[in-house]
Amino acid sequence: MESNCGNCAALKVQEETLKILENYPREKDKLVAILNDVQERFGYVPQQAQEEISKYLNVPMAEIYGVITFYSRFTLKPKGKYNISVCMGTACFVKGSQAILDRVKDRLKIEKAGDVTADGKFSYDDVRCVGACGLAPVFMINDEVYGNATVKMLDEAIDKYSKESEE
Amino acid sequence: MVNLIIDGKNVSVEEGTTVLAAAQKYGIDIPTLCFLKDINEVGDCRMCVVEIEGRRGFAASCIEKVQEGMIVKTHTPEVLEARKMMLDLILSNHHKDCLTCIRDGNCELQNLAKKFGIKKINYEGSMNEHEIDDKSPSIVRDFNKCVLCRRCAATCKNVQDIGAISSAGRGFESCISTAYNCSLNDVDCTLCGQCIESCPTGALHEKENIDDVWKALNDEDKYVVVQTAPAVRVALGEEFGMEIGTNVAGKMVTALKEIGFDKVFDTNTGADLTIMEEANEFIERLQNGGALPMITSCSPGWVRFAEKNYPENLPHLSSCKSPHQMFGAIVKSYYAEKFNIPREKICMVSIMPCIAKKYESSREEMEVDGVRDVDYVLTTRELARMIKQANIDFASLADDKFDDPMGEASGAGAIFGTTGGVMEAAIRTAVDTLEGKSIDKIAYTEVRGEKQIKEATLNVAGTEVKIAVASGLANARKIMEQIKNGTCPYHFVEIMACPGGCVMGGGQPIKSSKIRATVDVAGLRKAAIYSIDEKSTIRKSHENPVMTKLYEEFLEKPGSHVAHKYLHTSYSAKPKYELGK
Repeated sequence: MESNCGNCAALKVQEETLKILENYPREKDKLVAILNDVQERFGYVPQQAQEEISKYLNVPMAEIYGVITFYSRFTLKPKGKYNISVCMGTACFVKGSQAILDRVKDRLKIEKAGDVTADGKFSYDDVRCVGACGLAPVFMINDEVYGNATVKMLDEAIDKYSKESEE
Repeated sequence: MVNLIIDGKNVSVEEGTTVLAAAQKYGIDIPTLCFLKDINEVGDCRMCVVEIEGRRGFAASCIEKVQEGMIVKTHTPEVLEARKMMLDLILSNHHKDCLTCIRDGNCELQNLAKKFGIKKINYEGSMNEHEIDDKSPSIVRDFNKCVLCRRCAATCKNVQDIGAISSAGRGFESCISTAYNCSLNDVDCTLCGQCIESCPTGALHEKENIDDVWKALNDEDKYVVVQTAPAVRVALGEEFGMEIGTNVAGKMVTALKEIGFDKVFDTNTGADLTIMEEANEFIERLQNGGALPMITSCSPGWVRFAEKNYPENLPHLSSCKSPHQMFGAIVKSYYAEKFNIPREKICMVSIMPCIAKKYESSREEMEVDGVRDVDYVLTTRELARMIKQANIDFASLADDKFDDPMGEASGAGAIFGTTGGVMEAAIRTAVDTLEGKSIDKIAYTEVRGEKQIKEATLNVAGTEVKIAVASGLANARKIMEQIKNGTCPYHFVEIMACPGGCVMGGGQPIKSSKIRATVDVAGLRKAAIYSIDEKSTIRKSHENPVMTKLYEEFLEKPGSHVAHKYLHTSYSAKPKYELGK
C-alpha cells in the first residue's frame, strides 16, 4: 500500500478504525473510549475515522466533532514528531509558564496550539494541569516531563531534538 | 400533590413539576433564556434562578423539582442582581447591533436586557468573531449573535433526530457547530428551519429574498404573480399583534395587491392539483404493484432528509412536485398561454411557512423547458416585513378575494397546511375514484390530532388500505426504518418534516419560549385551518371546477404525459456530508 496515495490512506484509516470498533459494543457512551484508541493509533482523529464511528454508533458527525474539540487530548490534525505541551494550569501559570509558552511559539514559528511546523517535527499544546503542580512550571515533550522549567531548559530541549532529527 | 409557597402564594402542583412550571401555572413569571419546554430543560443560562429558603446559593427553577413545604422567592434583590450579572456576561460577548438585526423587536435577549434595564455592559473583554454561514439557499447562521443556550442543537437532535449542530469547543471557544464547522448546506441539515423557531436571538434566520422581490415588482418587464400557502394565512396576523389562529386570508390578499403584485393566487389551488396527481399515482401503485407504501413529497425538508439518509427508499416517494412548484409550472405554461403573457416575463413568488421551500425552488429538477417553476420563495415572516416596509396598516385592511381563474380552492387544499391534511385530502379523492361515486364521508378524523404517528385502516371498495401520518423527522425516521426492515404495514404515508406540519413550519412567526410553554400554538393554527375547510362549499379536490377545466383544456388526465412534464419530479441519493467543500 502506497502511503502517498490519498485514497489508499483513507482506506487504511477506514480499515484500522473498523478493527478498533470491533472491540466495542454499539453503545453511544463508548464514544470517548473509541476516540481514545483512534487518537492513540493515528496520532489524531482522521475524518474517515469519525465517519466510521458515526455510522457504527449512530452518533451525528457534529456531536463527534463536538467531543473531539472539547477534550484537548483529541486532535483533528496529526501532531508533530515532538509535541510540546506547556502547562497553563494555575500553579504553572503563577510560576511563569506564559514565558515558556511565548518562547515555544517564537522558536517554532507557529501561532496556534495544535499547529505543526512545516517539517512536521514539532507541534505544541497549551494544556490545563498535567498533575505535577509541585514541579511548576512544567512542560512536556511527548511523554517526558520537564519540571521547574525555565526558558533555557526549553531552548536546550528544542536544540537537542532539532539536531537529532537532522541526523 | 405537592404544596409549596412561591412569592407568598400557596401553590399546589403534581409531584415532579419544576418550580418554573409551578410558577407559570399560577401566573408568576420567571424569566428564562435557555429553557424550551420539553426540548431543552438544562438549567444552563441561570436566568431563571430563584431563592429557596434554607438553601445555599440559587436554584435554576427550570430544572428544580418542587418539594413539599418549599418556600420560593422569585424576585429578591439578590436574585435580580444575579440575573443581571448573567445577562451582563452574555451581552459582553454578543454583537449588539440590534437596530440592524433581523430579530429586532422579537428577541428574547433584547427583551431581557430591556426588562432588567441594562444600560451599560460592565465587562468589556474579547469578543468571539465567527464567520457568517449563508451558503445554503435557506438558512443563515450567525454565531456572533449566539448566546449558547443550545435550544437549536436540542431541537435538531431531540425533536428532529438529526443532530446537524452540536456543542463544540471549550471555555471561551465554546460554540454551536456543525461537523468541522462546515456550512449547513454541506452537512446532514435538512433545512427544515426548526432551529430558527427555537433560537431566542438572531443567530439563526432565513436567507431573505425580500429585496429580490421588490426589484421584480419594480421591473416593468416583469409580470409578478404571487401565491400563498395554506398555513400562511392562519399565522401572518400574529406578526401584526393579532391572536394566534386568526385567519387573515382576506387582509393578506389586499396587502399583496397593495404591494403591487400583478396577480394574487392561492397555493391551495395548487394543493388540489397535487391531490389530483397524487391520488391517481396512489391508485396506480395500489392496482399495478408499484412501490408501497407511497409517501407524500410536499415537504422539501423531508425530501432532503430521505435523499441524504435513505436513498434505497426513494422509490417510495411520490413523484409529485409540491403544490407551489406545480402551481408555478402551471402559471408559467397554461395560464401564460391562455392570457397571452410571455412565460419568461412571469416572475413567480411563493409565500411559504417554510425555509426548505427556498432550497426546493432552487433544485435543478424544478424547471420545465429551461423556465424555473418558482423564482422566489418568501417566508410568512418575510411577507410581514414587506407589508411593514410598504407602510400598510395590516389590521385595518378590508378583505379581498384571490384572483381568478386560479384562485378557487377546495377545503381539501386548505388542510394541506397541517399534519394529516394531505392524507385526508388524498383519501377524499382516492376513495371517490375507487368507489366510482361521491362518498358522503368527508372528515377523516383518524388522521387528525396530536399523536406522533397516526394510523388508520380504511375499507375502500372492498380493499383494505392502511394509512399513516407522521410529522417531525424523528417520526419520519421510524417509518423509514420500517420500510428498510420490510416491516412497514402501510400502503400510504404522509410525512411532514416539521412537527405539527406546515402551520409550525420553519418560516412561521417565531414564538417566545414563554408562549410555547403556555399556549398551544399548533392547536390554534390548526383549528383555523380546519375551520376554513368546514366553511368551504367544495371540500374535495376533484370537485374543484378549476381542476376540471385545467385537465380539460391542458393536462388531459391525471398522470398523463403533459401532467408528468409539468407536475412531476425525480429524486436522487445525496451525500450526507460534504465536509471538504
